[in-house]
Amino acid sequence: MTTQFVLNGRPQTIDVVPQIPMLWVLRDTLGLTGTKFGCGVAQCGACTVHVDGNAVRSCQMPAQNVAGKSVTTIEGLPADASHPVQQAWLEEDVPQCGYCQSGQIMAAVALLNKNSRPTDADIDTAMRGNICRCGTYGPIRRAIHRAVDLKAKGGRA
Amino acid sequence: MSATINVSRRGFLTATGGLVLGFVIPVRSIFAAQRGGAPGGDLFAPPPDGKPNAYIHIGSDDSVTFFIPKSEMGQGPTTACSQMLAEELECDWTNVRMQVAPVDPESFGHQTTVGSQAIRSSWDPLRKAGAEARDMLVRAAAGRWNVNPSQCRVANGFVINTTTNARLSYGSLADEAARLPVATNVPLKDPKQFKIIGKPVKRLDTREKVTGRAQFGIDARPAGLVYAVVEHCPVFGGKVASVDAAKARAVPGVKDVIQLSSGVAVVADNTWAAMQGRRALTVQWDEGPGASLTSAGIRQMFADRVKQPGAVARKEGDLATGLAKASKKVDAAYEVPFLAHATMEPMNCTVHAVGETAEAWVPTQSPTTTRAVIAQTLGLPPERVTFHTTYMGGGFGRRGEGELNHVVEAAELAKHMSVPVRLQWSREDDMQHDYYRPAAYVEFSGGLDRSGFPSVFGAKIACPSFAFLRDGLDPIAVAGLSDLHYEIPDLLVTYHLANTNVPVSFWRAPGAAQNTYFAECFLDELCAAGGRDPVDVRRRLLARTPRLLNVLNLAAENAGWGKPLPAGRFRGVAVGANVGSFNAQVAEVSVTAGKLRVHRVVCAFDCGQVINPAILTQQIEGGIIYGLSATLKGEITIDKGRVQQANFNTYDMVRMDEAPLVEVHLVPSTERPTGAGEASNPTIAPAVVNAIFAATGRRIRKLPVRAADLA
Repeated sequence: MTTQFVLNGRPQTIDVVPQIPMLWVLRDTLGLTGTKFGCGVAQCGACTVHVDGNAVRSCQMPAQNVAGKSVTTIEGLPADASHPVQQAWLEEDVPQCGYCQSGQIMAAVALLNKNSRPTDADIDTAMRGNICRCGTYGPIRRAIHRAVDLKAKGGRA
Repeated sequence: MSATINVSRRGFLTATGGLVLGFVIPVRSIFAAQRGGAPGGDLFAPPPDGKPNAYIHIGSDDSVTFFIPKSEMGQGPTTACSQMLAEELECDWTNVRMQVAPVDPESFGHQTTVGSQAIRSSWDPLRKAGAEARDMLVRAAAGRWNVNPSQCRVANGFVINTTTNARLSYGSLADEAARLPVATNVPLKDPKQFKIIGKPVKRLDTREKVTGRAQFGIDARPAGLVYAVVEHCPVFGGKVASVDAAKARAVPGVKDVIQLSSGVAVVADNTWAAMQGRRALTVQWDEGPGASLTSAGIRQMFADRVKQPGAVARKEGDLATGLAKASKKVDAAYEVPFLAHATMEPMNCTVHAVGETAEAWVPTQSPTTTRAVIAQTLGLPPERVTFHTTYMGGGFGRRGEGELNHVVEAAELAKHMSVPVRLQWSREDDMQHDYYRPAAYVEFSGGLDRSGFPSVFGAKIACPSFAFLRDGLDPIAVAGLSDLHYEIPDLLVTYHLANTNVPVSFWRAPGAAQNTYFAECFLDELCAAGGRDPVDVRRRLLARTPRLLNVLNLAAENAGWGKPLPAGRFRGVAVGANVGSFNAQVAEVSVTAGKLRVHRVVCAFDCGQVINPAILTQQIEGGIIYGLSATLKGEITIDKGRVQQANFNTYDMVRMDEAPLVEVHLVPSTERPTGAGEASNPTIAPAVVNAIFAATGRRIRKLPVRAADLA
């Protein structure tokens, strides 16, 4: 089945079985491996991407459901890591193993797009769906607050 | 014209396109076959003497590339080892690039990243390699200027003529340096001169990890790649009786169904199709004798075993005499369940077998052994397997020397394929076919002297054997109790072998991870029975262990031990000594309406010379979160021989909203560096459980902490 959508700002056409989750279309069909497989049941957040600006778990998003929509993956953020959230992640040196971090970053970007100055409680709510087994929660929290400051100073959003 | 050269420990090897490889020696017998031998053995031996160690490349463009023979699973050796090399080489840190080294036993010996050994085992050879390379560059410059090398100094990637102030960059000297012999006994720097070691330089792997470019095992995409999943018998030790694959083969995208020694593989043109094909399989299993196993049965077996004589792991004084004269006696039994590692990246392995050669991409802590296992399965010599050690999405011991069931499956599968195949485990496979942290059960008998201080300490440990069983004693299974640092006159620790057919292996701080909980909570019981302050008692019993005493004092002081807390907050303390390092933690908790909250953890930490305080702090904090998940959440249970948990909804972990504020205090030190990755996770459980006692008066002797324990 042919599905058309916008991927990282460019038109994309795929011909896949309708129920295949976007996670596997992105990774296996399109070769965008920044989005990670962690659980397959929307429990860990490693596969988080944006669909029309909302953070969604791509492991639970059938390909047919993105028809006509805009999908953004970690590869859709600047490759030079100039997005304020990426910059904040660099400054706090957040990642350890790094496997969950694409999902963490996409969740944080979606949070800041809707809430320009989240409280710690807002961060808890927005980020509790993203597991980090290395335990980088403290640095992630600091980086989100730092990204707010970087954005205010005029970083690219 | 690129003039990349290799700077090696024994000689500069001129080359034009990367490392000089091709040395062929058989790898050591694999670790699995060594089980029963001594722990560690020669796993951590320095690289073979007299062989090249190609750690350093210097390009004519002055680029410096370090090849790090340690695996990166987030614990940061690729950056910290680069700091050691750069410190002695005196190169420009901003020009440094890093790569995980290829498998090369001639250059690097047995490559493995286990036991919090990466820094300790690299400390001497890497500084030496950096110093020898620097010395060769200096002699090359001296030759160019026709001066004595003593008239040269180095700074930031240049050799400088101290008479004329002329400068030559390392890149411009690399070719000449490559032709010089290596000097022996080049002096290493005095730690007072360190400029890079001990500094919180940024990790070299962060940029690729915030752009999605970092390559994990799951990201390998060799041309022609096909995707496979495996249906496993839910019962440990079960085998395939029969397979009906007709419906699976009919699933769109499925290419083949292949029976392996451990299950049935479905190969497809994407992972999802393979998963759909797997669901369409009909497999009859011969479940074997394991099908009657239950957690309750295992627990009963443990309780029975401690009633039998055990192997003595540690003996001081005489337990029976001590108990007979104790002014007060305390008995308690503690237990913990099996635990899964639950790395974020589920197990995977990509192999391409072509005739008499093969290529593999594996996220592994043990590249040398993993390559050997693949080669052995394919019937090839190891050096015929081109091996790519990828980044790992977590390790924690799951991807070590003896935890390679998924690797064997991938290699078996590759034998049937003419194209590269990636074997991908699901989260459920990972949870239900792990090599678990063993369940364990301990019976304590303790006593106090007339002053109310602990004077008797007996521990009978029932636990499956991890490895290295000798004369009925597994030194790993008793770690954390057999090496108790407290000075207690009458002390006896015995091990009671209690194997099951649940596969077990190393899990972040093997042995210590559970035994520190047992020891530190029971000691807290003795403190309470004597009416004594838990920090005061520990101080007295640790008087002759200055580094442990020091971290205890540092943590207590920074946590405000003994000072008032806000209403409803309570503290607990614990100490830990493992992987050569010392730490103490004070946890601050509240229990409100049956709900526990861990607000703050203060950790004081001593691992000798710190290479990178920022990465070290990450490891300490991450270890505390990992240990907190085990304290509050983790439990693998067995029924009908099957693991009952399958995914994160039934095996949850600490998330953002439950993560405490962690405050780390590092002890400045010039002692030799010791371990970090597995040092902090054992100590958090007793600190939290002791704090819960302070809050509720209830002792929690079984993990994880349950709601009923707090009600």
